[in-house]
Amino acid sequence: MTALPHPGLTRRELLKAGGALIVSFAIGAGRPAQAFDAPLLGNAADIGKPLALDEVASFLAVHEDGSVTVFTGKVDLGTGLRIAIRQMVAEELDLPVVRIALVEGDTALTPDQGPTGGSSGITRGGVPIRQAAATARAALLKLAAAKFGVPVNELIIADGEARMVSGGGRFNFGQILEGRRLALKVDAKAPLKAPPTYRVVGQALPRPDLPAKCTGRHVYVHDFSVPGMLHGRPIRPPAVGARLVSLDEASLAGIPGARAVRIKDFLGVVAEDEWAAIRAAKALKASWSQGQGLPGSEGLEQHVRASAVDHDETVAKRGDPAAALPRAERRLAARYFWPVQSHASMGPSCAVADVAADRATIWTASQATHKYRSAFARILALPEDKVRLIYLDGAGCYGMNGHDDAAADAALLSRAVGKPVRVQWMREDEHGWDPKGPPQLIELEASLDAKGAIAAWRTEMWLPAATKGMPNVPLLAPEAAGIKQELGLFAGLIGQNGDPPYAVADMEAVVHWLKETPLRPSNIRAPGKIANSFAVEGFTDELAAEARRDPLEFRLSALSDPRGIVVLKRAAELFGWTPRPSPNPERAAGKPAIGRGLAYVHYKHNENYVAIAMEVAVEPGMGEVRVRRVACAHDCGLVINPDALKNQIEGCILQTLSRTLHEEVTFDRARVTSVDWASYPILTFPEVPAVEIALLDRPELPPFGAGEAATTPVPGALANAIFDATGARLRTAPITAERVKAALLGH
Amino acid sequence: MRSNGRVRDGSDIRQSLTLPIPGHFVPGMGPFPLPQAGEGFLAFSRDTSRDPVARLRQSEHASWSGRILAEADMTTVELEVNGSARKVESWDPDAPLLYVLRNQLGFHGPKFGCGLGQCGACAVLVDGKLARACTVPLSAAAGRAVTTIEGLGTPEKPHPVQAAFIAEQAAQCGYCINGMVMATKALLDSNPKPTLEEAKGALAGTLCRCGTHVRILRAVLRAAGA
Repeated sequence: MTALPHPGLTRRELLKAGGALIVSFAIGAGRPAQAFDAPLLGNAADIGKPLALDEVASFLAVHEDGSVTVFTGKVDLGTGLRIAIRQMVAEELDLPVVRIALVEGDTALTPDQGPTGGSSGITRGGVPIRQAAATARAALLKLAAAKFGVPVNELIIADGEARMVSGGGRFNFGQILEGRRLALKVDAKAPLKAPPTYRVVGQALPRPDLPAKCTGRHVYVHDFSVPGMLHGRPIRPPAVGARLVSLDEASLAGIPGARAVRIKDFLGVVAEDEWAAIRAAKALKASWSQGQGLPGSEGLEQHVRASAVDHDETVAKRGDPAAALPRAERRLAARYFWPVQSHASMGPSCAVADVAADRATIWTASQATHKYRSAFARILALPEDKVRLIYLDGAGCYGMNGHDDAAADAALLSRAVGKPVRVQWMREDEHGWDPKGPPQLIELEASLDAKGAIAAWRTEMWLPAATKGMPNVPLLAPEAAGIKQELGLFAGLIGQNGDPPYAVADMEAVVHWLKETPLRPSNIRAPGKIANSFAVEGFTDELAAEARRDPLEFRLSALSDPRGIVVLKRAAELFGWTPRPSPNPERAAGKPAIGRGLAYVHYKHNENYVAIAMEVAVEPGMGEVRVRRVACAHDCGLVINPDALKNQIEGCILQTLSRTLHEEVTFDRARVTSVDWASYPILTFPEVPAVEIALLDRPELPPFGAGEAATTPVPGALANAIFDATGARLRTAPITAERVKAALLGH
Repeated sequence: MRSNGRVRDGSDIRQSLTLPIPGHFVPGMGPFPLPQAGEGFLAFSRDTSRDPVARLRQSEHASWSGRILAEADMTTVELEVNGSARKVESWDPDAPLLYVLRNQLGFHGPKFGCGLGQCGACAVLVDGKLARACTVPLSAAAGRAVTTIEGLGTPEKPHPVQAAFIAEQAAQCGYCINGMVMATKALLDSNPKPTLEEAKGALAGTLCRCGTHVRILRAVLRAAGA
């Protein structure tokens, strides 16, 4: 594989004199759809390309042949953003998607649109670019009108060309610009296409990266190399926070070219040959101080409940539940618990860094290249404009996995040896040291009125407090190397959706923000909201059962939001829901118990509406749960690409089934002990249910992302289905066979 | 597992088709033990007696530390990769085939996932049989025909299995897809018309984290002409 800053891409100089944004290379219309090459552009500052969020040229470059390159600070993490943003631009410019190239997440070339997280790729990535494209379209029409010498209304734009309505001449965008620069501010009022006229948005166009991914040609950061590059491996201590006491470099004898790098307590090896680096990392003898700072995963629930509280926050309140609850006759209380979980990426994190005394270039799968550019400038003590982070695809991360840490490992090793260094973590590094989803404890109390409706409700959540003003999750390598960085906790917006989406007169949700949490946390898919919804939807089901009411009818009667009502009804219809209270009265002795459950979310109370119904079979003896089928109704507003959207929703459902059924990071007093796929199992193919999805397209509404919302109803629907099947209520994840068996025996 | 670094007899190679899911529950079959490296795949093992690091440490070359790769004693191994005869030199003849394919021969399709034979991201075919390149010593591949995902087809001319994955849009991040495509190729070579349950069984030891399973299964059945 050739080594280019943008791998697999055409190395061509693109600029003509004067810093114009007219570029000289062609993205041929005849190319296959997968060859969405982007140019090697060099630094934005060198070529006069703006990066400001209010400049059209920050987002769009028009080439001589009329094709366009889009620049976005958001990245495609396997989510389909790569096609979705193209579709949004293609729609506004009337330019075929195959004539649009995309540059993602390169800090030197793309505007800082914030990290790619929180399902923000479409809303905060695509939507502003769409507005820039609409601005460009209006400008191109005016320029074309001048060129033709006719009023704008006698022109149309089609297929990337301005044409006379009456027929006659036509000019592509490059010909219209004639070498001039599109120096325009993004016009927030530039007219957007009307949804009924959409021709590209809403189409299930294939993703451009899949032909290369399915034939082994796609260049991941793992596959990238630069000349003279060494292979590096970090060596993490046997206990979290342990200090490096001594090092026996003679233990590397016999491994060609291997050398150890020690910076205070940061330890790594480098070698010319990757296998030599791996063997060296295993062979290197080092002695470390003891570490016993972790509470251990046994009994973690009690540890969390007893953890020191930093402050309390009431995140939702209506009426006076504290007064109403004691008055009620029918009251229920329950405690739900979600364990520590890993992002557990299929590919251990990887990065390539080339750090010199006065500059650094880092190729990384980071979700947040712009944010970590600042972090790396601080870590390496370099000016920000001398640090460049270039995004390359990694294995799916679902939040901040080890990718930024691997980049820091590579950067410190590269600086130490004066050569570019590629670091790929080993499996035990990823499972052991990726920042984790924190444990979540949720206690609920509610009452029913005489009619069997929810009268009052209180939620209490025990969650780690985010450290105010912390610029990024602290990284392992600089911490070990004694390089100053701001320490603290951040795990995303984990306090949301802990309050019920239903009509409750007296309701309150309180977060007890904790000072500490075991293991370093970070954002993991739908941060906090999977566990919070698990508790809210499981407890709602408990209340429905207490009231002897059908779980669907119980929810619908307490819901006024029409979009919420629609998704619940649609999911029930897709599933074939029969109204009756849980548990299922039909249970045949000796046979698997069959049950169905549902759950609903209005994500963050202001984004997507999702309802999921599922059917399970529970083996009465062993307690094993098999999910047979899942039906999901999903409303995220305007749908950009229905097939890529379904792919995301399917991923949300199956990954969360995995997290709910199997996943728990175990640790002792020193370190994580679930460090491979045997000790941290995930969902396998024989467990895969049938999945049906109904998309509710709302072209008149803004689009929201879909990488998270559909995860949140999954554990609730599953636990509710198990209750329906067996009468046993599961409130602790993972819902393992052992837990189900215990619940069945205890029932 | 024999320690001669050779492929085991075909008789004791379990068909990946019928492989139970290691450590997981299969409805009606009960739980299974945790995976052995390479289970369900062609199995290989290292011959530690000829480990160059161990040998050098026991010899007068104990001061070898710091020698660069160019000065290391190289072993030449001949094998066929994607139809071409290749000669590779390695300082450690038992280095896993995966690193040789990726770093010396430039085939980046097989991915490093675990190095433990647990996930299947590194899958290749060795003499037509599914193998995990992270657990195949280079020496065991000597004289054998190795096929990587690059050897099946190209983006322009994909193999029918690859075309089916593309048609079903059966990838998200795509890191596991090498294993999925290679396991599907091996399945269809031995069972051209698998049922859905057989497809699930054949992919049981190949992990996907993004949750693309439903599409991958559709792709398997599409490739089978179902």
